[in-house]
Amino acid sequence: MATINLTINGKKQTVDVDPKTPVLWVLREHLRLVGTKYGCGIAQCGACTIHVNGTAVRSCSLPVSAAQNKEITTIEGLSENGEHPVQKAWLEHDVAQCGYCQTGQIMSAAALLKSNPNPTDAQIETAMSGNICRCGTYLRIREAIKEAAGQK
Amino acid sequence: MEKINTSQSRRSFLKSSVLASGGLMISFSGLAKYTLDDTVSETLPAEQWNELTGYIKITSDNLIQILNPNPEFGQNVMTSLPMIVAEELDVDWKKVIVEMGPHDNTKLGPQFTGGSNSVRMYWKPLREAGAAARQMLRDAAAQTWSVPVEEVTTKAGMLYHEKSGKSGKYGDFASKAAANPIPKGIKLKDVKSFNVVGNSSKNVEGLKIVTGKPLFALDHFYEGMLIAMIEHPPAFGKKLKSFDAAEALKMPGIKDVFALKLYPDGFEQAGFDTRTFNDLLVVVGNTTWEVMNARKKLKATWEPIGETKETIGGFRGKTEVVIPAGLESTSTQLEKMAEYAKKPAQELRKDGDPETAFANAAQILERTYTAPFLAHNCMEPMNFIAHVTDEKALLVGPHQAPGWIEPTLAKILNLSADKIEIQMTRMGGGFGLRAYGHYLVEAALISRKVKAPVKLVYSREDDMTYGIYRPMYTATYRAALDTNKNLIAFHVKGGGIPEHPVHANRFPAGAVDNYLAEGWTIPSNITIGAFRAPRSNFNAAAEQSFLDELAELMGKDPIDLRLELLKRAKENPVGKNNDYDAGRYAGVLTLLKEKSGWNNPENKKYNRGVAAYFCHASYAAHVVDIVTKNGQPYVERVFSAVDCGVVINPDAAINMVQGAVVDGIGNAFYGGLVHKEGVSEQNNFNRYRMIRNREAPQKIDVYFVESEIDPTGLGEPPFPPVFGAVANALYKNTGKRFYNQPFINDLNDKSDKS
Ligand code: FES
Ligand code: FES
Repeated sequence: MATINLTINGKKQTVDVDPKTPVLWVLREHLRLVGTKYGCGIAQCGACTIHVNGTAVRSCSLPVSAAQNKEITTIEGLSENGEHPVQKAWLEHDVAQCGYCQTGQIMSAAALLKSNPNPTDAQIETAMSGNICRCGTYLRIREAIKEAAGQK
Repeated sequence: MEKINTSQSRRSFLKSSVLASGGLMISFSGLAKYTLDDTVSETLPAEQWNELTGYIKITSDNLIQILNPNPEFGQNVMTSLPMIVAEELDVDWKKVIVEMGPHDNTKLGPQFTGGSNSVRMYWKPLREAGAAARQMLRDAAAQTWSVPVEEVTTKAGMLYHEKSGKSGKYGDFASKAAANPIPKGIKLKDVKSFNVVGNSSKNVEGLKIVTGKPLFALDHFYEGMLIAMIEHPPAFGKKLKSFDAAEALKMPGIKDVFALKLYPDGFEQAGFDTRTFNDLLVVVGNTTWEVMNARKKLKATWEPIGETKETIGGFRGKTEVVIPAGLESTSTQLEKMAEYAKKPAQELRKDGDPETAFANAAQILERTYTAPFLAHNCMEPMNFIAHVTDEKALLVGPHQAPGWIEPTLAKILNLSADKIEIQMTRMGGGFGLRAYGHYLVEAALISRKVKAPVKLVYSREDDMTYGIYRPMYTATYRAALDTNKNLIAFHVKGGGIPEHPVHANRFPAGAVDNYLAEGWTIPSNITIGAFRAPRSNFNAAAEQSFLDELAELMGKDPIDLRLELLKRAKENPVGKNNDYDAGRYAGVLTLLKEKSGWNNPENKKYNRGVAAYFCHASYAAHVVDIVTKNGQPYVERVFSAVDCGVVINPDAAINMVQGAVVDGIGNAFYGGLVHKEGVSEQNNFNRYRMIRNREAPQKIDVYFVESEIDPTGLGEPPFPPVFGAVANALYKNTGKRFYNQPFINDLNDKSDKS
């Protein structure tokens, strides 16, 4: 056990956990920020995607000790009420089916647009291919990203 | 654990009963009508709710709440079912508050998601519920205003009496309406006058989904709740022999490690009690991560299970099933299937004299198809929350049919059904897997043992290696042609581990004079269960690929061949028990032919494949357009035509079809488990390949046949024909026929086997 200092969604948080604990579980079970999902635990599905210093990271594979002194953003911090352009575009295109993968998809999309505000189709597909959607909503995900990028 | 909802009202509203055939009958048994005395929603002021019918609550302040009765797993019933009520109730959809209903089969009907049944089975009861409530409100207004009820009209949640100029909100009359007698002979709207149904509405939970609200059971926490995980045997055919928990118990946060028996010896299982492993090794602790770590320190030894017998009840009566011993491997299973395919099988249907027709044929086409076990891979791994005491049980979590597992819970826990409350959370996918209830029983027994609320969590590896897969299938198709290349006989012989896929009465049965369908099975200790369009998901791959090859041999266009056969089945059907409506079947193909530009020379640049299928009372057909991208075949476009009767929520229905197409392409190309000595080679997404964003088509155009027929299934029907259409397009792209799923194996195999 160790005391770990984190900055999550702009707020300083202290948790007392095993430093090897993945950020995913610290968020979900210690801080009750449950919008970040568990899907595979091995950085293969993207359900757990968060931003670390603005970059999309799979939180299931990031030990909490490595997240100290970094800016962490979760879906709860993306916007208070779903007002981030990516979330708005997601609603506009009614992307979700079961919805389980979608917070991870949105976090990947938001990070993409932050680093590349006007991505090509191929760039969108590459950036989003780390996020699995068993319900098969990929086409709407792409459309929503283009909308958020102002391409529609 | 605080009990959130104590509502156990047993006032009868809908009567449902299961027919001997396995179908479900729903009858309208009169309306429950009372002022609500139980809390149903935490978020709204309960004391003011007037319940008009089981699904509708209105406050005096004119808040209108419609309950969704059925479990939500992504098919969007949270939106579409309340839309049906709103249509007949005549309210402004934008002002309706939708809530998930409590689990109460008496009040809210069968409450199961599966078999593409949600809309089909609730269509009439929900319309009647809405219409009855509207009638009760009109009666109340007529009484208040002392005018004839025939003169009271409604519009968007308002009541009007034109002559006197009186008007009022539904809320003004809600409590009076709730005290009025039950209306008889309720009149339903004409389909043509619908204004909610048939207009696209956004998912009512969309905002909660995109903001990451705690919709899923994994997101729920209760006071004193512990996390439990189960270490199941590392192979099918093994069971726990002994274990040493000393090291695991020393790990931080660990509360207990124990072995637990799921069903007692001789337990008679119900049809959906399927479980793979009965002796559970359980680890309980404070957090998921701590429990995952402690599991690595478990020292367990496993031993082979001998042959076992199970008694399974169900819709079709009691059966004895023998589960064989042994550690099975895919390679030997394939050999065994090839061997069984040559043995005599059970005759399922025979028309005319197929033996003679084949004996006299000028030409015979024979092809064999195979498909592997598939894991459901719901993105939300299996989990359930339970709090069980000596007096009662509360279970909260994702399940497709809680009413099916409740009697089992009652038996195992020795509690009466009214002491068991199940709360339905949004499911992160289901695809059939969550129709089985073993994990509720597991969670309940663990909670009882540790005397605390427990969240049972399956890791992805636990989930993928547990079993209850889509079965392994094969089928051999044969067609006999005369000297003029006329089709004179058709033969399908299908088998599987451990069930066969054949639907004997489906197309092309009814279209060929001489027809034979046969089935055989091989038992296995690898468990199986429903998987999006069970059996159909294989048949449509095999049969529709075969018809494509047959059309080529006959020198016909593949759509035209199907249309000719369907014409025959419609005008002069062979046999009596043909399942499908040949006219509707032909209808989707005709629509698809037009919309896909099938004969348009511009589309020659694509390698096009077509397939169609009927299941769950609906008809679906696709044209898949493949191009070569980076040296690999890539499905760039898909055109889909679907006839599912009245479409409730068009944009959401399109989403469902697009999703089914993507899911179908993914499973056709990549899906499958390979076993070696009972162990799955795939246990997570690094080895189990799922379709990714870059592999999905650029566009999927969906067209619905305009129809006033009562809605039929939608979640499953578009899925099966994707496999066939992909195989047929791949043939055009590569020159090779694809007989074995997943197709990626033969695609990567550059040696020419044909
Ligand atoms: S849970 Fe982290 S990538 Fe799947
Ligand atoms: S919406 Fe269900 S997994 Fe993506």
